[in-house]
Amino acid sequence: MSELRGLYTLWLREIKRFMRDRTRLVSMFIQPLLWLVIFGAGFGLHFALPNLSYQQVIFPGIVGQTLLFTSMFMGISVLWDKEFGFMKEILVSPVSRLTIFLGKMIGDSTSSFLQGIMVFVIGIALQIPIDPVTVLYALPIMLLITFGLVSIGLTIASLIGTLESFGAIQTFINLPLFFLSGALFPLKGPGISLPSWLTTVATWNPLTYGVDALRSVVLGNAWGTSLQIQPLWIDIGIITLFDAIMIAIGTWAFTRMK
Amino acid sequence: MPHAIETHQLTKTYNSLKAVDTLNIAVESGEIFGLLGPNGAGKTTAISMLCTILKPTSGTATVNGFDIVREANKVRKSIGIVFQEPSVDDRLTGRENLYMHANLYGVPASEQKERINRILKLVELEDRADDLLRTYSGGMRRRLELGRGLIHYPKVLFLDEPTVGLDPQTRDHIWKYIKELKEAHDITVVLTTHYMDEADRLSDRIAIMDHGKIVVLDSPSKLKETLEGDVITVRANNIQTLSELVNKWLGLSQTHVVDDALEITVRNGKAVMPRIMELATQNNVYVESLLLRQPNLEDVFLHYTGKSIREDTGKELHGMAAIQRRAIK
Repeated sequence: MSELRGLYTLWLREIKRFMRDRTRLVSMFIQPLLWLVIFGAGFGLHFALPNLSYQQVIFPGIVGQTLLFTSMFMGISVLWDKEFGFMKEILVSPVSRLTIFLGKMIGDSTSSFLQGIMVFVIGIALQIPIDPVTVLYALPIMLLITFGLVSIGLTIASLIGTLESFGAIQTFINLPLFFLSGALFPLKGPGISLPSWLTTVATWNPLTYGVDALRSVVLGNAWGTSLQIQPLWIDIGIITLFDAIMIAIGTWAFTRMK
Repeated sequence: MPHAIETHQLTKTYNSLKAVDTLNIAVESGEIFGLLGPNGAGKTTAISMLCTILKPTSGTATVNGFDIVREANKVRKSIGIVFQEPSVDDRLTGRENLYMHANLYGVPASEQKERINRILKLVELEDRADDLLRTYSGGMRRRLELGRGLIHYPKVLFLDEPTVGLDPQTRDHIWKYIKELKEAHDITVVLTTHYMDEADRLSDRIAIMDHGKIVVLDSPSKLKETLEGDVITVRANNIQTLSELVNKWLGLSQTHVVDDALEITVRNGKAVMPRIMELATQNNVYVESLLLRQPNLEDVFLHYTGKSIREDTGKELHGMAAIQRRAIK
């Protein structure tokens, strides 16, 4: 009971901090907008898939990218808390490290999730053909994706000491995960032949399955079995497994923290 | 009630350095216990072990009857801690910080509102309770932290250098609060400090710590009494010669050189002063000034450790720099 209350209060804190950060609220509009409008228009020129525009294909990819970038960025909250001493207040409290990790993780995931929803709002505003009902199916998948990704950010931040090195490591992880997830191009399909090393690496990228699952839901029948990496339920299974592993690693990292 | 805190041969070793060396203390319930010593004496390490932040290398200790290793969680629930460095969330309001703490320590939801209002009143932050912490001054944050440490009704409150980096008026205020809080909540307070006046003003008993060991432990007045007599401070152009002359004459080594001045502890200061003048004149030492005063804790410290507590103020600067850095951010 008291652990649950601890979890709730840690979650609430992350949400409050997020909502009060105006610069972050503004910037979360800008990035997806640039990708969808400029990148989507420019690279769509020679894109040919039956029944699908390039913007439609990259839209779930940009949702995944937003979740990836914002989730990884959340790790910074650990570093701020260390820097400002507040981490001590949490660590010496009677609440267990698992609860501390989960509270922070779910709180940061919620913030990241809210930013993902903003991408849908932008997508609809840009008149990308999206069935509003599919958004409801996408929400739980988005939340599931953020759990594992936020856990990566929190783990790295708790293991390394400084903001500078966190920034460097973050870029080092973000871009390969993003580019190798199929967010910007389909990894398989009729007439698509990518270098085999690329598809192999993509197979080991958890975000690949996140993007694939989002496409299956958002694009519906247009994202058929010839384009899908895995059926939806296997995608979800892989993401869940990835979450479980990352939560275990993250809790271990938090237990070590002094 | 047994002792609020008992330590048995408590030791913490870093590589070959003994930060805390076979510490044996018993803190009475309801007292303010001062742990006084220069920076690096092992005070923070000692209380970090008692707060279950650090695990001892060897030895044991109990806090409120709970073992600090085997029953760490029970210890945590029964103590309050105010850290040397600030540990508040400056993006939350004062009240929100207090609610968070209450939830982390499992204060029943039905009691939270009333307790928090009472604490805010006690530390005189009612009118600023709903402002973000980032708009608070250093002293206000400190007061909030003091209040926060009490929300879950701890039996023992640990204060690690509670007034480092604060201006004199604020320090005075904080001291007043510590005394009031202790009276109002009937708790035991363990205070670490390297400020003599702070230890003197607040503590019922003081343990002077140096190199990880307790050098002496007694009430502030008893400690000062043990020095028996007066302290004469001499400024002169040749301190070294004068020091040797006085030692030879008094037949003991009751002199210390502190801040380019010679300090002599004697029983009958008034009678000794003219003799010192005489000695100096006969040996061509020019005396600039002579001062007679009652011994203070600084002298006690000097007496037991052979050095001045002010010789090392590195950490104090660090605390100041830390606060200034925060202000810039």
